[in-house]
Amino acid sequence: MDFLSQAQLEIARYNTRRHFLKKCMSGLGAVALGSFIGCNPTVDGGNQLLAHNPLAPLNPHFSPKAKRVIFLHMAGAPSQLELFDYKPELQKLNGKSCPPSLLEGKRYPFLGESPMMMGPQASFKQYGASGTYVSEFLPHFASMVDDVTILKALHTDEFNHAPAQLLMHTGSPRLGRPSMGSWAVYGLGSENQNLPGFVVLLSGAENISAGKSAWGSGFLPTVYQGVQCRSKGDPVLYLSNPGKIDSKMRKLSIDIINDINEKEYQESGDPEILSRISQYELAFRMQTAVPEVMDINDEPQWVHEMYGTEPGRRSFANNCLLARRLLEQGVRFVQLFHRGWDHHGTGKGNGVDDGLKSMCQSVDQATTALVNDLKQRGLLEDTLVVWGGEFGRTPMMEARSGANYKGRDHHGDAFSMWLAGGGMKQGLSYGETDEIGFYGTKDRMHVHDLQATILHQLGMDHEKLTYTFQGREFRLTDVAGKVVKDILA
Amino acid sequence: MRLLLVIFGGLLLILSSVLTMCSSKEPISYNQDIRPVINNQCIACHGGVKKSAGLSFLTREEAMDSTESGLPAIVPGDAKHSELIKRLKHHDLEQRMPLEAKPLPEETIRKFEQWINEGAKWEKHWAFIPPQKDIEVPAVSKDWGKNGIDQFILQKLEIYDLAPEAKAEKAVLLRRLYLDLIGIPPSQQEAEAFLQDERPDAYEKLVDKLLASPHFGERWASMWLDLARYADSKGYEKDLNRNIWQYRDWVIKAFNNDMPFDQFTVEQLAGDLLPQPTEDQLIATAFHRNTMTNDEGGTVNEEFRTAAVIDRVSTTFEVWQGVTMGCVQCHSHPYDPVFHEEFYQFMDYFNNTIDADVYNERPLLFNYEEEDAEKVSELVSWLDERLPAERKVDQNALLHERKEQLLYNADYRRVEAESMHNNHQIIELIPDGQDVVWQIQDSTWIMFEDVDLTDVEAISFRCATPLSGKIEVKLDSLKGATLGEVTVNTTGSWDNPMMVKPEPALWKNLQTSITKTEGLHDVYYLFKKHRHTGQHLFHLDWIEYHEKTPLKETYDQEFNEKLEELASVKPMSTPIMGEKSPDRSRITHVFERGNWLVLGKEVSSAVPEIMGELPQGVPNNRLGMAQWLVNKDNPLTARVTVNRFWEQLFGYGLVETMEDFGSQGFAPSHPELLDWLAVQFMEEYDWSIKKLLKTMVMSATYQQASQASPEKIAKDPKNTYLARGPKVRLSSEQIRDQALAASGLLNPDIGGPSIMPPRPDMSNSNWTDWKTTEGKAQHRRGLYVFWRRTDPYPSMITFDSPVRNVCTSRRIRTNTPLQALTLLNDSVYYVAAEALAERMMENKQNDVDAQLEAGYRMLIFKAPSQEKLLLLKKLYDEALLHYQQVRMLSSTEVVSTKDTLPAETYAMRLVANALLNLDEVINKN
Repeated sequence: MDFLSQAQLEIARYNTRRHFLKKCMSGLGAVALGSFIGCNPTVDGGNQLLAHNPLAPLNPHFSPKAKRVIFLHMAGAPSQLELFDYKPELQKLNGKSCPPSLLEGKRYPFLGESPMMMGPQASFKQYGASGTYVSEFLPHFASMVDDVTILKALHTDEFNHAPAQLLMHTGSPRLGRPSMGSWAVYGLGSENQNLPGFVVLLSGAENISAGKSAWGSGFLPTVYQGVQCRSKGDPVLYLSNPGKIDSKMRKLSIDIINDINEKEYQESGDPEILSRISQYELAFRMQTAVPEVMDINDEPQWVHEMYGTEPGRRSFANNCLLARRLLEQGVRFVQLFHRGWDHHGTGKGNGVDDGLKSMCQSVDQATTALVNDLKQRGLLEDTLVVWGGEFGRTPMMEARSGANYKGRDHHGDAFSMWLAGGGMKQGLSYGETDEIGFYGTKDRMHVHDLQATILHQLGMDHEKLTYTFQGREFRLTDVAGKVVKDILA
Repeated sequence: MRLLLVIFGGLLLILSSVLTMCSSKEPISYNQDIRPVINNQCIACHGGVKKSAGLSFLTREEAMDSTESGLPAIVPGDAKHSELIKRLKHHDLEQRMPLEAKPLPEETIRKFEQWINEGAKWEKHWAFIPPQKDIEVPAVSKDWGKNGIDQFILQKLEIYDLAPEAKAEKAVLLRRLYLDLIGIPPSQQEAEAFLQDERPDAYEKLVDKLLASPHFGERWASMWLDLARYADSKGYEKDLNRNIWQYRDWVIKAFNNDMPFDQFTVEQLAGDLLPQPTEDQLIATAFHRNTMTNDEGGTVNEEFRTAAVIDRVSTTFEVWQGVTMGCVQCHSHPYDPVFHEEFYQFMDYFNNTIDADVYNERPLLFNYEEEDAEKVSELVSWLDERLPAERKVDQNALLHERKEQLLYNADYRRVEAESMHNNHQIIELIPDGQDVVWQIQDSTWIMFEDVDLTDVEAISFRCATPLSGKIEVKLDSLKGATLGEVTVNTTGSWDNPMMVKPEPALWKNLQTSITKTEGLHDVYYLFKKHRHTGQHLFHLDWIEYHEKTPLKETYDQEFNEKLEELASVKPMSTPIMGEKSPDRSRITHVFERGNWLVLGKEVSSAVPEIMGELPQGVPNNRLGMAQWLVNKDNPLTARVTVNRFWEQLFGYGLVETMEDFGSQGFAPSHPELLDWLAVQFMEEYDWSIKKLLKTMVMSATYQQASQASPEKIAKDPKNTYLARGPKVRLSSEQIRDQALAASGLLNPDIGGPSIMPPRPDMSNSNWTDWKTTEGKAQHRRGLYVFWRRTDPYPSMITFDSPVRNVCTSRRIRTNTPLQALTLLNDSVYYVAAEALAERMMENKQNDVDAQLEAGYRMLIFKAPSQEKLLLLKKLYDEALLHYQQVRMLSSTEVVSTKDTLPAETYAMRLVANALLNLDEVINKN
């Protein structure tokens, strides 16, 4: 008897994970096999064995516009005033003192008592049929403005990196909540059973402020956490065989492990063993599938030129190309973090002039290539691309190291991000800020609204995608968030 | 036909009136008949959150109150005139309740009518009613079982037509007991001893031996540390290291000594408020110092202090009362009668501790490792003998206090960085260790209250800086008189100015004389930069006050040398609880909608009304609150606690939702057993955990075989009714410990600082180096693996340990490919496989079959079945052939030294690696 197909069959019988987990938090392993019945303990609950694959694809709440998401997070928070939110008036105020009323009741980590206003440190021009203003720092992006929606009046509650990043990805500034990718995989499962459903790629300086919690599964079972694919060593932890074990010996030993486990199943009758057998099979398939998808050497030269990739490097460009490969393979949620955008002006190379420009150079070509590549492959229409930081930056200058270094402090009241594909309007700028880009004046959009909208595009109602923990139902958007229909095509 | 119908109809009439009579004799039980309907159908709209139309079913008082219409929904004794009944029966769909849902069954509505007619009596939810002290163990027909547990279990089995399994074989019981009670499998000798012990009480003897093992405390600490959210780091952005392992060791010791659970509770929650607390009692209070703190520059300490206090409230409720309070932070509980205000009344018990989310984690308990403690004690006595009478130290004080007093009394006045209080955002203690350095930025300052400046002539600083700057000493305020200042120039050649821990050579002592000042003053130190730029200004190790004629200088060299020696002994530190003095106490307010910036009504300490009241004679403070929790009238503490231990042995709690005994949690599968155990625990065992565990493992229920027929498993898939023994996947710690123990690598040392085993994904952050522990310490038990919150050790998380940011009652067991990859490929497990293979081949007399069998025995303690042995043999043979072929193919090439092992060794390693992955090995059977 083929136990693996028996397990698969039983998996297929059971795909109401959301419902199941909501009612019954009791675990997915040994437990899950029977706990559909166990939720309402009855002994005569029936004899069906319900094998359970926590990553089996599930139907969304309603028909989705996007099947996949790639979130390009520019950790450190790029300045909207030098990139998207063009403010000629701010230039006129350059060097003037900031009226104290503007700062009343607000909290900034580093801004002194009476900072000066600072005009944009980049020049802007209009591009595309939409006539969208784009910074000189983003020449490649300028060529695709007609494909994207720029959000200009986003706002957040947090003014420090770690909490703001957590709010952006988990809906809460505190540790402990599941990240957006975890919610997505919990709600929708994965299209590819040989790869993780939620993959994280890092580039830039060090790890991000919020640490692994930005892609953690919080109180959701750990199977939903983002899997960090690393550019050095094993792309996924413990993927390669140790010692003198090669692939042939690994296959042999997994076969024997499974054969013995099968005997154990016959002796003990514990159906959880069937699930373990299939997990070992999957582990073996991942050992082949993950390195394959992570190896960009087989891409043609023109692709490398388009992205600016160099195989073997830890770079944002490489990660963009990897992201496209992962999305092609059916990975549900890809999260890129690129750190180095925290331009306080603490010294040379850390201003919103020089520093920001060089960071833009490290992402502009690859980001544009990614969107164009997805478009060419017909993937853009059902892939949602999200680009941005955790908050914005002040129109005031932060002269921590003197006025020679053009720094801006953290600012949560107004910042910009952009979206492409996945059912978004094209060539749209949504939201407006005041003349100095300090505060949203029209169509403000909170981070929770962005999250609600992303889930909506994936076909999920952010108020219904919930999980019960510590006695209450939690969701990504906490108790807030509304879908912003105006930006949807 | 018609006649028949009439007769039949008449019969029905009679029957139904008989039924009515019967049911009217049997009064309605609110908890059985009414509450479930209200909870499922009504309370979401008519409860603690929404009170649609002004009606709430949260308490009887609210339910009987007038609604928005001006009339009450329920008129006790008069169903006819109760709006509730009218609405349940209403023909208009827009009026009928429950809204937009099927009408309630007529039978249910009749019960509501009867209930109202009987006076609409309310009952508390079962969990809020104390268990009855005189529960009788049920009589059962079968002669089965060893103690009371079994009779309760058997009673239920009979109801469901299930029969218990036979007793598990000895080898299975052996492994089950070891893993359950001490968390590590037996050695071969221990196994042999038990398996050959034919005495009738061999099993009980083993139980007693394991309960007395020093590893008992380690195993049970693992469980408790999830509840205590124990970690070796502080959480949030920087996630700096935290020295709190002495708390972990306290827990181990408490379990080993079988500290009664009531004492265990009081010491952890309020050890600092006990009279003359010992060092141990203070360390116990670190339970609530495991909350996260935020060291990110620019964060508001009060915000995160508040978050920590709220976490303490929620954790206390979850751990001892099995009640979740997440909801009540923002509004009244939607389902259980706990009110918004009551959360903050309870919070008041915790709101007056000294800790305030500051870098140095004050208040701290300072103590010394054993050797150092002796040295300090000797030095203090020696020096103290020579001090004048008016300068002697207080002999009743704890050792570190005596040391501090002695130094101060001898006019040795050095203030180490880690004991400086920071009052400004941009001063940071630098890791790791956080014991030496401060990173100071421009325009930051620190302040000391009530410094005696009389006779102080000069102040010196130990600094290191790549830049240049200035320290100004200010009197009484930042803008006060300048008492003195020093200019700091670069202190040497810096390879990397951003490096966070300067080399010893870079440290310089600088001194300024100060204006003569009398009496106690607040002293401010203001740090200013010169023209240079850059984030870091300087590092500061200590500040020292120099008096004109310090007492120490009147002594000889020997005295002064000993003084220096005393000062140089570094203490260990542990964050603990400490209560603010009453004159500095905080006032607690309700946070409107849970927002700490929106203050509502002022409140004072109280426990929620539904949970009873403080026992007579205890103070209304944190200590009294702790005593209330373990007062024998408290309905929840004992039940919640016995349920936790039950779950650890049987896989599920008697109340499966261990964290929620409230009305939204699951009902207990065996309510009488739960109550009986709770009462035994308090009354018979005097809160002894070892006695409780012994009762459980001595039961026949526990000793059953875990195998069962597919039909039986299908009938009770989760083994709720325990017609078979427990089969549970091992915890992350047990899996690690077993692999190390079976391979002979396990280092059994108990306690001490956490270890960092090898990991391939070492963090490269400046703040948090993962410095791999070398040598034998690397192979200590999983419990000692350094717990970094933002970057937990991979195999722990993969096997379902919680991250420990917050209290977690239940680990959700998953079954994933990452687990397979970890056990197959993680170097820790592969090294264990190598060592296991070596042990398997140790006995050269053995043929391959015997070696394979020996390996299986090392993990399972019995011979493998013939079929399994054949499969292992197949693995070995094919692997051997493979490695021999590889050897032959490569024999023409130069053989590297690594290749010198025989092919048999590689084949056996592959087998050992497979053994560690078997289902029967990673499960407890």
